[in-house]
Amino acid sequence: MKLLQERAQDKAVGESLIIQMSVRFLTPFIQLFGLYIIAHGHYSPGGGFQGGVVLGSSFILLAIAFDLRTSLRRFSERANALWGNIGVLIYVGTGFVCALVGGLFLDYAALAAIIPIDPVEWRSLGVFIVEVGVGLTVMSIMASLYWDIGSGGSLEEGL
Amino acid sequence: MKALALLATLVTGAILLLGTMDFAAWGDPNSPPNRHLSPYYIENTVRETHVPNLVTAIVADYRGYDTMFETVVIYCAGLVVVSVLRRTGQ
Repeated sequence: MKLLQERAQDKAVGESLIIQMSVRFLTPFIQLFGLYIIAHGHYSPGGGFQGGVVLGSSFILLAIAFDLRTSLRRFSERANALWGNIGVLIYVGTGFVCALVGGLFLDYAALAAIIPIDPVEWRSLGVFIVEVGVGLTVMSIMASLYWDIGSGGSLEEGL
Repeated sequence: MKALALLATLVTGAILLLGTMDFAAWGDPNSPPNRHLSPYYIENTVRETHVPNLVTAIVADYRGYDTMFETVVIYCAGLVVVSVLRRTGQ
């Protein structure tokens, strides 16, 4: 108890031990829930856009509860930009691969030429691949929008 | 200049509102989308794609081209914000 009190006295204004501890516990569950929303888009409301927003908001929550640097230590700007690019590439790349192996653009059934499973199953799988791409992009853009707007572009002191 | 911009906005808005007059009534079971498109998706989506959630199947499979550019629009928006606001060094 005394240790907690001493720690609380060192905090800057606006930093709360309770909030920081609960955010530390909550963040993995929020991210797991975001992944669940992306993966479960086939069966329930959800999909890439919604899951990506939940994933991105977990980094924003870290930045609000701690500060911008903590959030950037967990997920650097470079990695963030990389994931955003990879997300769009997954979506567009899937479309081009479909066209290259002899189908129409974004016609996932044509992918059966690469891995021979039922074309109907490929359409289901293609939807999943595409949703993962959307989720990665939305996550990256959500986080980078907050980082850049919240700190005026310097990425040093946030809100 | 401001008056001109207001005029342009009002005229465009009026044209768009005029366009909505041709829409089918909300929830009308006899409108063309409800007679041709919806029954097709409801009857064939699970058989053709094995995705139980019709909305996901339509968004990512039947209307995949549209969703692709939605993603690209979000990506471009983020790219523009980063390139305008981000300051490095100094």
